[in-house]
Amino acid sequence: MKVPPPIAMLAELTHRCPLSCPYCSNPLDLARKEQELPTHVWADAFRQAADLGVLQLHLSGGEPAARRDLTELVAAARAAGLYTNLITSAIGLTERRLQDLDEAGLDHVQLSLQGTDAEMADYIGGYKGGFKRKMQAAEWIGELGIPLTLNTVLHRKNLHQLPQAIEMAMDMGARRIEVAIVQFHGWALKNRDSLMPTKEQADTASKIVAEARKRLEGRLVLDYVPADYHSNAPKRCMGGWGMVGLNIAPDGHVLPCHAAQTIPQLTFERIGETPLKDIWYHSAAFNAYRGDAWMQEPCRSCEFKGRDFGGCRCQAMALAGDAAATDPVCSKSPLHHKVKALVDNQDVVEDLTFRAAAAP
Amino acid sequence: MTLPAASIPVIPRGVRLHHDKVRNQWVLLAPERTISLDPIGHAILLEIDGTRTFETIARTLADKYDAPLDQITSDVGEYLHGLMIRRIMDVAT
Repeated sequence: MKVPPPIAMLAELTHRCPLSCPYCSNPLDLARKEQELPTHVWADAFRQAADLGVLQLHLSGGEPAARRDLTELVAAARAAGLYTNLITSAIGLTERRLQDLDEAGLDHVQLSLQGTDAEMADYIGGYKGGFKRKMQAAEWIGELGIPLTLNTVLHRKNLHQLPQAIEMAMDMGARRIEVAIVQFHGWALKNRDSLMPTKEQADTASKIVAEARKRLEGRLVLDYVPADYHSNAPKRCMGGWGMVGLNIAPDGHVLPCHAAQTIPQLTFERIGETPLKDIWYHSAAFNAYRGDAWMQEPCRSCEFKGRDFGGCRCQAMALAGDAAATDPVCSKSPLHHKVKALVDNQDVVEDLTFRAAAAP
Repeated sequence: MTLPAASIPVIPRGVRLHHDKVRNQWVLLAPERTISLDPIGHAILLEIDGTRTFETIARTLADKYDAPLDQITSDVGEYLHGLMIRRIMDVAT
């Protein structure tokens, strides 16, 4: 099969983070500070990515502002010709640092929202005072005129705040809001019984988004990730494994998606050791789930296999114990009833397991 | 859907016209979006300088491509409207 060049790259600069959100998508085994790539290796990775065809770079983490060289990294990304987006909680971004990032050519900020008031946000983020600092940073971002997207992860405990989140995006002058209902990977899987939205909540969220899209057309763009387990069709994960984007973890491992390391039989190569181009086109991990030769039934003969690629490989691993199985969210999966049972008979647990404290 | 003649299309901050050397095509880079431009889309975007009105832009393109003004006005208006509702194009009035 013909493999296209990648369009997007997620650079997870660090796993360190002042927040400890219980749905963090970082792996349970967090990289330590001393394992993180140095500035020059990242800068070289950005150049290799641009040469390979990447157009959009997302600087993420952990909290990317925990990297002291963040401004240098943004400048390096822009010098490589990449559209540079910072995905941040804004904790650790002072007015001065934002000015520096602005001057370095930062294209866009995606600000995470854990809740629409201090009580909820600080509870979910596990960081007292975080909401206040975020709101202050949002004001500075607005004053500097850096284009802003608000990104909110919704779950059973905060889904009722969706209308306020949309209002906040408008008030902050954001052009976009990403409304994502929690997906169960990483830490979120540990907290599934506490975070899973009810059916009513999931339906309500879809209605609120549809209404707001109509009402705010031309003013605010709403991108929506609906509740995964509540669906009958699996998500078109990553736009296809190794087809659209790639991730680089803090320690340099190059991954087809942020959760790929949960698939135990795959081994991943590292940036700085193997050229990015070779990893993208020729590595075993990136080729593992390209095309459809790896598929089993019911995927192999399914009319939708070219559309949803059998769903999420990491979810197949987590729920079916086999990364090549049909994503059990799919109604054609023999395990679909188990996913439905998780939604229908929710075993409500109130306590949250917060992400481990930031590694030193 | 078309635009008022006197409105001024503006490429907002955070949106960049970029030549994709790997795929050898022009693209519009925006937050979480990459829009591939065909030669027509590219020609339209090249006329947008943040000062010229929609009417001037349509007239310039009609002259340049020797096409009927009505048709160009309608096509360009629709194209820009499509970008506007995605917040990839702003309009100053």
